[in-house]
Amino acid sequence: MSHFEMWVAFQTILRKEVRRYMRIWPQTLLPPAITMTLYFVIFGSLIGSRIGSMGGFSYMQFVVPGLIMMAVVTNSYSNIVSSFFGAKYNHSVQELLVSPVPNWIILAGFVIGSVSRGLLIAIIVTGLSLFFADLSVQHLGATMLVVVMTSILFSLFGFINAVFARNFDDISIVPTFILTPLIYLGGVFYSLDLLPEFWANLSKLNPLVYVVNGFRYGVLGVSDVNVGFSLGMITIFTLVTFLYCLHLLNSGTRLRE
Amino acid sequence: MMNTNALALDIKNLSKTYGNDVQALKGIDLKVEKGDFFALLGPNGAGKSTTIGILFSLINKTGGTVDICGVDIDENFSAAKRLIGIVPQEFNFNIFEKVRNIVVTQGGYYGLPRAIAEQRADKYLKKLGLWDKRNDVGRELSGGMKRRLMIARALVHEPELLVLDEPTAGVDIEMRREMWDFLRDLNENGTTIILTTHYLEEAEMLCRNIAIIDQGAIVHHSSMKDLLRQLHTETFVLDSRSILPQTVKFTGFKVLRVDDYTLEVEVDKDQDVNGIFASLSELDVGISSMRNKTNRLEEMFVSLLS
Repeated sequence: MSHFEMWVAFQTILRKEVRRYMRIWPQTLLPPAITMTLYFVIFGSLIGSRIGSMGGFSYMQFVVPGLIMMAVVTNSYSNIVSSFFGAKYNHSVQELLVSPVPNWIILAGFVIGSVSRGLLIAIIVTGLSLFFADLSVQHLGATMLVVVMTSILFSLFGFINAVFARNFDDISIVPTFILTPLIYLGGVFYSLDLLPEFWANLSKLNPLVYVVNGFRYGVLGVSDVNVGFSLGMITIFTLVTFLYCLHLLNSGTRLRE
Repeated sequence: MMNTNALALDIKNLSKTYGNDVQALKGIDLKVEKGDFFALLGPNGAGKSTTIGILFSLINKTGGTVDICGVDIDENFSAAKRLIGIVPQEFNFNIFEKVRNIVVTQGGYYGLPRAIAEQRADKYLKKLGLWDKRNDVGRELSGGMKRRLMIARALVHEPELLVLDEPTAGVDIEMRREMWDFLRDLNENGTTIILTTHYLEEAEMLCRNIAIIDQGAIVHHSSMKDLLRQLHTETFVLDSRSILPQTVKFTGFKVLRVDDYTLEVEVDKDQDVNGIFASLSELDVGISSMRNKTNRLEEMFVSLLS
């Protein structure tokens, strides 16, 4: 394929992906907006007012970056896993496999489609958070970089899940039993400084800690971990995961006989 | 000797062994000339779908080579994929997507700019009688419409070779005839077509050349005419206008009186059918209709596989 044709193919996949989640917006865009508003009300306004300040900020200001990242992570992941597994399930993925589209374009199309939903959710949730907290972004570049890289990374994780999934149960196991606990234990609602040393160190094995703190640094200017290290880890994870996803597509794992 | 430049499909020693050691293809050779209307027939589990799956790039071959219009799939599968359009047996489109979008999107996967993809989608949806359904979602279509949608989708990049895996399964008679006309027209305009079907009269009516595959091996590969010429006997069913005599005998023919109005006459390939009418005249029996008891290709198919 020429570069132009590959660009057309990429646009086609991306357009299809965006059309998919926009068509079912009550399932894709509305729930995170409602859920996050509830988090803002309950954890921020009701409980947060009793907790006081954390890391030099009001509790509401402290949790907002983590909640935004939580929405980005879960939506990026769930978008690609449901879209790609759905395509496998109804065999429409064959439309792509029989075409001359290079595998890296297929992967890029699905991932950027998911990232677009992750970013759209980030904008919606950030807009809602402004009703509850005063936010001023301290490091715009770092904020954008972390949110985009995180969305790419978790889209790639979702893609792996979709490739290996054999039924609809398989696409909910990882989000329920792995992703959600990691998010909740990833410093969204508390600072690692509050934990005993052992648990604080153990928490640093959780990749979500770096994602949440990287974004919190961008927005509030504070972080429990080294931000450069966070960005480095996210970048390395993204590259390795991208290559692994490409390998899955090239070998036809669970896609070809 | 066939000119390899004139081949739409050239399969050499193609083999496939699945992980469970099932040998689905045992080194088959198959040549299909450009412009041909070719039938690939075989019973269920014979290896047809595996062969098509390899062309389709959904099954990895174990050995052998496949050239599509002179392009080796191992050397340049991307170029080969542009030359081929596939209509699989199972519906494999997103049933929640609109009909026109399904076709236009497929064009995009082949790098067609959107305006061209839309133009072609409209052209094929009109030709296949789906224009009125263009804004319906896939799941709202009938079985026959879904099959036609898959044909439109396979044609959007205007391939040189079109492979149809049981395209008329579940399609009503009227629609089937319309599809035959469409496919004939497509073939006359230069598209090579490979057809697999369980409707053998369809293959006999449409195809010029044929291969029969059984247990992973090609058991016959010739022109349709040559194959049918090998048929040793044909059985004709005759419907009488009046009640037949209790005993019916024709000189030189095996005759079976099925009921008061029906006869079955077996004719060897070197016998003239005229003899039947001579005998009927002698008995003063008027015949209202005459037909083959079974499709000729079906008889050959059964005899080859048995």
